[in-house]
Amino acid sequence: MDGEQMTDATLPKLGALVDVPNEPGAKKPDPIVVGDDISRQFGGLRAVDVGHIEIQRGVITALIGPNGAGKTTLFNLLTGFDQPDSGSWTFNGQPIHKVPAFKVARRGMVRTFQLTKVLSKLSVMENMRLGATGQMGERWWMAPFRFLWEGQEREITERADELLVRFKLDAKKEDFAGSLSGGQRKLLEMARALMVDPELIMLDEPMAGVNPALKQSLLGHVKSLRDEGRTVLFVEHDMDMVRDISDWVIVMAQGRIVAEGTPAAVMADQRVIDAYLGAHHDTDLSDLDEAAIAEQVMTEIQEGE
Amino acid sequence: MDLMDVLRAALTQALGPNAIVFALAAIGLNIHFGYTGLLNFGQAGFMSVAAYGLAVTTVMADLPFWLGIVMSFLAPILLAIVLGVPTLRLRADYLAIVTIATAEILRLIFGSVEFKEQFGGSNGITGYAKTYKDMNPYSGELDLGILRFSKDDLWSVTVGWTLVALGCLLVWLLMRSPWGRVLRSIREDEDAVRSLGKNVFAYKMQALVLGGMFGGLAGLFLALKQASVVPSDYSTNITFFAYTALLIGGAARVLGPVVGSIIFWFLIAGLGSIFNQLTDGADPILPTWLMTDTQASLVRFIVTGLGLMLLMIYRPQGIFGDRREIAIDGR
Amino acid sequence: MGLRWLALLIAGFILAIPTAAFADDDPTPSESPSESSSATVDSTATPTDVTTEEPVKPSGPGIAVTLVNSSDKSKEFPKGRPLEGVTLTVIDSSGAEVGSAVTDATGLAFIPVEALDTYTVELDEDTLPDGINLNGSNQSDPVKMRLMAPTYVDFPIGATKGEKASFGDKLAQSLASGIKFGLIVALAALGLSLIFGTTGLTNFAHGELITLGGVLTYTFNRSVGLPVILAGLVAVLLSAGFGWAQDKGLWAPLRRRGTGLIAMMIVSIGFGLFLRSIFQYIYSSSTKTLSQYTTQGAHDFGIIKLADKEIAIILIATVAIAGVCVAMMKTRMGKAMRAVSDNPALAASSGMRVDSVISTAWVLGTAMSGLAGVLLAVNSQVNFLMGFKLLLLVFAAVTLGGLGTIWGALIGSMIIGIIVEVGPLFGVPSSIKEVGALVVLVLILLVRPQGILGRRERIG
Ligand SMILES: Nc1ncnc2c1ncn2[C@@H]1O[C@H](COP(=O)(O)OP(=O)(O)OP(=O)(O)O)[C@@H](O)[C@H]1O
Ligand SMILES: [Mg+2]
Repeated sequence: MDGEQMTDATLPKLGALVDVPNEPGAKKPDPIVVGDDISRQFGGLRAVDVGHIEIQRGVITALIGPNGAGKTTLFNLLTGFDQPDSGSWTFNGQPIHKVPAFKVARRGMVRTFQLTKVLSKLSVMENMRLGATGQMGERWWMAPFRFLWEGQEREITERADELLVRFKLDAKKEDFAGSLSGGQRKLLEMARALMVDPELIMLDEPMAGVNPALKQSLLGHVKSLRDEGRTVLFVEHDMDMVRDISDWVIVMAQGRIVAEGTPAAVMADQRVIDAYLGAHHDTDLSDLDEAAIAEQVMTEIQEGE
Repeated sequence: MDLMDVLRAALTQALGPNAIVFALAAIGLNIHFGYTGLLNFGQAGFMSVAAYGLAVTTVMADLPFWLGIVMSFLAPILLAIVLGVPTLRLRADYLAIVTIATAEILRLIFGSVEFKEQFGGSNGITGYAKTYKDMNPYSGELDLGILRFSKDDLWSVTVGWTLVALGCLLVWLLMRSPWGRVLRSIREDEDAVRSLGKNVFAYKMQALVLGGMFGGLAGLFLALKQASVVPSDYSTNITFFAYTALLIGGAARVLGPVVGSIIFWFLIAGLGSIFNQLTDGADPILPTWLMTDTQASLVRFIVTGLGLMLLMIYRPQGIFGDRREIAIDGR
Repeated sequence: MGLRWLALLIAGFILAIPTAAFADDDPTPSESPSESSSATVDSTATPTDVTTEEPVKPSGPGIAVTLVNSSDKSKEFPKGRPLEGVTLTVIDSSGAEVGSAVTDATGLAFIPVEALDTYTVELDEDTLPDGINLNGSNQSDPVKMRLMAPTYVDFPIGATKGEKASFGDKLAQSLASGIKFGLIVALAALGLSLIFGTTGLTNFAHGELITLGGVLTYTFNRSVGLPVILAGLVAVLLSAGFGWAQDKGLWAPLRRRGTGLIAMMIVSIGFGLFLRSIFQYIYSSSTKTLSQYTTQGAHDFGIIKLADKEIAIILIATVAIAGVCVAMMKTRMGKAMRAVSDNPALAASSGMRVDSVISTAWVLGTAMSGLAGVLLAVNSQVNFLMGFKLLLLVFAAVTLGGLGTIWGALIGSMIIGIIVEVGPLFGVPSSIKEVGALVVLVLILLVRPQGILGRRERIG
């Protein structure tokens, strides 16, 4: 493993976080995202209720928390895919809480989805090309004239080729994306997001359903993103992974940020162990009695009406 | 039973003006539904505003013919924008309901007694097509035995297929470009496209306008070739038939709508002719308790309905399509 | 597999029942029953019958209608006093308007037509002289035109002389009709909503399920000779059977193959066209009346007037809707249905028998839509397009409320019903009063894309 080297290379940035207190909503020296009083309610359920959040620039931040903690919802809110009941946040100092999703992405804040969204009836290469921004051929008045966009298309294809090689998808590039396996889709989605050339990349469970070997190489990719100078925010349930690559960890439970800190500090935190690592650690939905779930669905519906 | 007659009727319709109207309308639907995944069930509305745009400008407002043509291009664009602004942000099925409702609203208004002054009521409007007719360079009819066009139809067929060819060329150019790639991506998953920084709404609007213009072209062509605009020509059924034609040829294929319309009209006219012969005359081949001549004209609709179902169930990619590439997951 | 063919057989059988009506399909007015006396068309009338004063001499093919008030007979006008200045519209067999004209002093109006067809004359109630109210249908019986020459038709209407109604009275009356109409729409909308909720299918063939209720009632009433109430009951039962068979024979196999929702929607468009054409094949495109309750005098309840059948319609619809709502809330099957519409995957994984739940939804849904058709037939007339014409309003109602919710469908229907009936008071042209409701649909979606009670969907 070349972990030692990586740590050395990024020491200055981690150093900046050394002075940050290990507490929820802690102030960071150079935040890329700053959010205040973000809340989102679904019926009676408060899915997200975050008082203050800051994401440090140029490091890898992990967002962890039990199922239903509100991590994906927070992602949706920050990237403009869902509208909050209240709250405001900035990206690079610019307020973006009322900015539509596509503009958020153009400004350099790009996310992937927990349930992958590859475009199955397009080829892998076309998926990649779609990611590139500022394409002249995407304007309708230029589109019919190939000579106007041919050159740019060639550059984009070269860039996509490089990324595909890096993500070991180059052999698949002419296949329909729908034919990829679950893990390969995760890779494709990450690679496609990189085509946008984001400053901050937000990965929602990038390693779920990925085999251990591939996981290792994915970890490498995530680290290399940081080394390229990008900021990474990712959601993950696998604690080993979190410990391995993240510089900072934010813990959510029931919509709130309950703890924050370096990986080591967070994992030693009693509240985190109670809320996440311990209490719900080994309960699995499939262990529950099926009839009990059916009853629960019924009651939920009844209460919902 | 005269098979030659059947074949002539089928071929003449398959290559005639009606197939052109459907081909144009279906090219529009192909852009909407086949490439972008927009469920526009109001193509009849786009057709009607274009047709009425021409007729009202030329006849009711007594303005020049060419201004009427301009109007009939502007009207569908305007309708697309008016429809698109509220609905393109909604779920696909909402768009379907709103477009079908709008097409019906338009048809009802155009045909209503109250607006007879403006739109001619249920009798519609005539008397605007002289300029078009005068441009006809042909001097006689065409009769190839199994294909027969009157002088007027010959002119319409010439104009119409030229329009269809140009339309297909445009669609082909657009859909191989990055612009077309964005549309096809939106059909697959618009949130993914949004997350990559594309203005999905704007692209959907562009697609709606472009497809609507083809719908308008279909309406304009219909108005010109039959020299009258009647509200009952723009019922929801015409949209459904255009969808049938599109699905026969295969959605998301450049020539799909054209091939589909030709086949659709070949079958419809052929069937119509067969059953017409079977029930015709004083001593028809089919007994009248089984089928009268009015009922004979319904057989094709029964078959169309059944055909649409079977097509969608067994060959959603159309007759010539490739299953992996189809726009709709028909499995 | 065997079940599927059996189901298809049953569905085919139910569809074939109406062929029994084919024997007396010829819509010649002479067959029109004496019960519906106040709205008969006597096509045998000769021109001399109507030319009392200076006649308008109709020439060329067309329909010449003489409008008389049969409730106001006198020696001078043995058939009833002619009504002047009333707009009459002639509608052809496909339901398209052919033309309209205004009656002259002799009550005569002439509308030229171009083709031999069966026509219906419709009266624009708003143009009736002040103080005259219609108490029957505003449509004549179908008139078959046999010659390309003037066809003479009497259109005696049973009209009551009333005081000039104030705006408040008119509003109350329109509200009452709106509620009645809304309840009928609600039945169909609940049916649609149940099916949509459990299967996700936007069913474009739903209008034909309404028509089915109407035409089955007609068949059992006219051809079999059952009283209307019994015929209606049979129609509802057969509708339910058709729903079961339809699901088992068509939709369940499609679900099993994993057919996409949009593909299923297109299948339903084809199915709707198929059914509609079959109905037209069997029934022709003429409009028909049942043997009973066609015209009834209205009871005066102070501010509103309602006929017995209208009260019955309101009561039956209310009871049916309430029954279904209670069943959805209280019974195990009802809860299961809601669980399935909430989350089919979870419901299935929790051991619920989703297929039987969906089957129940189809049976219940088509039965309710069938009932809507029955009530519509009793309220006015039977026509192969009656359901298709209502379909858009039903969609509008369900969409307004938010797709797939019971209460949403109910509220949406009442709003639609009332807008349709009250709209003309506020300037919506009465010949196209549905337009108001459709416009409101578009406007509300502008403000609340998810409908009034709908939820937004999850992303990511
Ligand atoms: N559209 C929605 N409608 C209703 N409830 C929602 C919606 N989206 C999310 N929720 C609820 O909000 C809560 C938070 O969900 P969220 O998806 O953010 O959790 P998460 O932290 O990403 O969980 P996981 O780790 O399982 O992905 C959950 O209880 C979920 O049921
Ligand atoms: Mg999540």
